[in-house]
Formats: sequence, structure tokens, C-alpha cells
Amino acid sequence: MRRTEVSLAGVTLKNPVMTASGTFGSGAEYSEMVDLNRLGAVVTKGVANVPWPGNPTPRIAEVYGGMLNAIGLQNPGFEVFAARDIPFLRQFDTRIVVNVCGKTTEDYVDVVEKLSDQPVDLLEINISCPNVKEGGIAFGQNPKAVEAITREVKRHAAQPVIMKLSPNVTDITEMARAAEAGGADALSLINTLTGMKIDIHKRTFALANRTGGLSGPAVKPVAVRMVYQTAQAVALPIVGMGGIMTADDAIEFLLAGATAVAVGTANFHNPRATQEIVEGIEAYMDRYGVEDIRELIGAVRQ
Amino acid sequence: MAQKKETAVVYSQEELAPGIFSLWITTGMAKEARPGQFIAVYCRDGSRLLPRPISICEIDPEEERLRLVYRIAGAGTEEFSSLVSGDPVEIMGPLGNGFPMEGENVFLIGGGIGIPPMLELAKQLNSEKQIILGYRDSHLFLRDEFESCGEVFVATEDGSAGVKGNVLDVIRGEGLTADVMYACGPAPMLRALKEYAREQGIRLYVSLEERMACGVGACLACVCRTREKDAHSNVNNRRICKDGPVFAAEEVEF
Repeated sequence: MRRTEVSLAGVTLKNPVMTASGTFGSGAEYSEMVDLNRLGAVVTKGVANVPWPGNPTPRIAEVYGGMLNAIGLQNPGFEVFAARDIPFLRQFDTRIVVNVCGKTTEDYVDVVEKLSDQPVDLLEINISCPNVKEGGIAFGQNPKAVEAITREVKRHAAQPVIMKLSPNVTDITEMARAAEAGGADALSLINTLTGMKIDIHKRTFALANRTGGLSGPAVKPVAVRMVYQTAQAVALPIVGMGGIMTADDAIEFLLAGATAVAVGTANFHNPRATQEIVEGIEAYMDRYGVEDIRELIGAVRQ
Repeated sequence: MAQKKETAVVYSQEELAPGIFSLWITTGMAKEARPGQFIAVYCRDGSRLLPRPISICEIDPEEERLRLVYRIAGAGTEEFSSLVSGDPVEIMGPLGNGFPMEGENVFLIGGGIGIPPMLELAKQLNSEKQIILGYRDSHLFLRDEFESCGEVFVATEDGSAGVKGNVLDVIRGEGLTADVMYACGPAPMLRALKEYAREQGIRLYVSLEERMACGVGACLACVCRTREKDAHSNVNNRRICKDGPVFAAEEVEF
């Protein structure tokens, strides 16, 4: 009998497969094609205390083996989210992770406090969105700021806190240690890598925002390396993500040291990707006689 | 109406005009598709991750076939143009909401690669139809197939066929009238029609396009600005893939 449960900051997931924030809405659209009950957790699109309109279009551009996005964290604000999306997700036997975004420390704290009496399992704090000028990345590229925002969020959070880290830094382990020092319960990485595409026919930027976040298989080796380095640097559980398209990719992240994984861009290429990855991990465990998935976590060291 | 992903089979493909291809695929989606909806078509080359949204040109529910007429716009559509009879092709759909079916005396207006979705609408709509098609040049793809659905007028940019000019030049020049207009085509054409519809007090439905990723309303890439706050987004944005691609023109900016 194989065992696929993992524990993330004290919360048991039935398997380590989560959705990556922003690629899956709050699950409603994909629930017609994916059985959400099969997923370890659904991570929602980032929610702020008030509605955000996001960036002008075009907001996405395809690149070789990946895509750039600059959605700009469009979201309906906490009230609509709490009234509509949380009750929707509560219908399913999966964990609910709410991704939180803000422009100021007060914004983050406001959302975290509003969530304190909501039936959700974990909070993921987005301090690494490359597409909004204020907030987001401003908090994620300086270790002192990472530690301070983590501490402040933790002071007000009722649920365990995952800090989502940016890869757009010289040394991600510095940010990981700062989040750990601030009291984070877990880390998730990587957010997207800042990129740019130019339309050579129109001689303009492909994205209205000029720059956007690179995701998809093109970033996977960078993400695996950063998960590995971070796993060596801190004792916190890690949610690994970045270009996971298949179960094989997910297993790579587990072996590198991730306790759970998040699937993002793959949903656009294959709407059933999350569920197929759950099934593929089970098949891998059967093939290699892995009885407990925890045997895989961080199994590759030297 | 639930969308799904499945493997369709290519029934036939032909080039209608330089760079314009007509692809018939066999899929159960033909049983539920409606005029104005679209299909997401996936590439076989794994370096191209995102499906290409392509409007439905014709629906044959009996033979379970859909017709997609598209223009080669990049490497993805270039790949599709090499598909031949019997090839499998991954698709998701049917996506979006179709055209509303209203009006007693209507204009169906297509510009360039916005012409194809008008064909199934022309076939299904029980109204007096005047069909105005705008082309670049004398490659009048699909024109003949509209003839059995209503009166067809043609405008060409270079004057090589029909009226030299655009679709509005035809409408004004011929003194055409309607109570509802349906349009798909380049944004400048749609903007001009919106202004005309406002002046004349005619209801206008437009089919919009934008760069898409998920195609199902989750990623918020393909939004358009709206006049009123949208109930789903709680901001002045609507999702073209999920809430559109057809909108009442006065409700959206494009």
C-alpha cells in the first residue's frame, strides 16, 4: 500500500500536487476537466484587500518552451473572493491555500486578518510578483524586507504561512533564511523570472507591461537548482515549482528537496495536467517500489 | 455546456487563399458547438505550449465535424497548415459563448480572418441577412459559400473586387439598413462599426480576440475593458475567452 500524504507546515496533503497561483483561478473553470478531489491542494489566484484591475493587454506572450505573463494580479478583492471562491472550494476534499498579495505591509496584514476566521488551510504570501511596481517584488528582493514582512504577516495570521520567493535575486538562500528568521512556516519557489519579448514585425514590446514573468519548461532547471540550494540552507518545508509539465518533472523537485510541488503553466498546455501528475507519481512509486512518498523528498544530495 | 479536451481527427484540409487554410476535423464537439464559439488547438511541437484559439467556421453535427478557417500568423498556425487527413489533433472546446440569435433584418460583417465565424451564423440565423465581407484583395475566400445564406456584398482594400474601400463604404454606398449587426474583424473596423451603430441606433455584437493562455477563464490574460463593473471580475474587465468572445459593442472597449 503506497502512501502519498505529505505534511506541509503541519497540514496534511493527500498528495504533494498543488496548483500554482494565478494559473488555476480558484478552480471553478478547471473543475469541469479535473477532479479537484484528486489534488493535494488548490492554491488560489492572488487576492488583495480590494479589487485590482491588473495590467493593460497584451498580458501574455509565448516564448520557446515557455511563456511570459504580466497579468498584474487582477483580482476581485477579498469580499467577493470570500463569498464566492472559498465556498466553492469547500465542496471538494482538497486543501485550500490562499495566495495573498498587497502593495503595502498593511495591505497584506489586512487580507491575512480577514482570512483568519475563514475555513482555509494555508496562506501563501506573494512577495515576488515581478509585474506590479509597488508591493510584490519590492518586498521580495531584500532580505531585511523579506524578514520584516514575514514577521508582520505571522503576527496576524491564523493559518500557517508559506512565503513565496522570487528567483530574481543574486542568492535565493539569503531570502529563504530571512523568511525563516521572520517565522515562516514554509517556502514556495520559484515565482517567475523577469523576461522580455520584442515583436520584430511590429517593432514593439510583445507585452503592454514591457516585461513579464517567464514560466514553463524553459525555467525548470533554474527552479530545480534553487529548490535544491534552498533545501540545503533552511529547515522549512518547500513547495517547489517552475516548469513542471509531467510527473517526472514533479519527482525531480521532490528529489531536490521539495515537500510538495505546484503545477502552473502546464495547465494551459494540458488542462488535466495536475490530475495526470498525481496519477504519474503513483505509477512511479509502484514502478520503483516506493512505499512512502516521503522517501523521495530530498533524496538526492551528493 | 462543458468544454473538454480531446483528440480530434483531421478530415480534410485545403488552402483557400494564400496563407488561409480550411481545416475540417472530426470531433464530438460538433454536436454541441454554436456559431461564434471557438476551439483551442494545441501544437504538436512541445516548445509551443499555448493552444491557438480558432473560431468555428462551420458545424456539421451529423457527421460530427467542425470547420476551422484560419490564417497562418506564426509557427503554431504554420504547423497546423501541414496537417493532413487522418492526423490526430489535440483540441479543447467548444469555448466561449456564441452569437445571440436576434434581429429581423441583420448585417453580418466580416473583415479578413474575421469572416469565417460569420458563415455558421449566416447558416443558422433565421433573419433577413445582408452579408458584407471585407477583403484585402481579390482572394475572396468563403465568399461563394455565403451566397445561399443572403445577399452578399464585397469590399476590397485594393479595389480588385467589389467596392474599393471597407465594409462601411459598402453599407453607406448601397444605403443598406438593419436592426442588428454582427461583426468580426480587425479592431479599427470594429471601432468604426461601433461608431456607426451608435449614430444609427443599431444594436451591434462584436466578436473580439486577444492573446489567450488558458482559454477557460482562469488566467485572466485575455480581458477587455468594460463600461460597467463586471460581476465576476469585480473590476471593469471581462474575460474574452469565457464571457465572450461575443459582446454587445456598447458594453466593451476595443
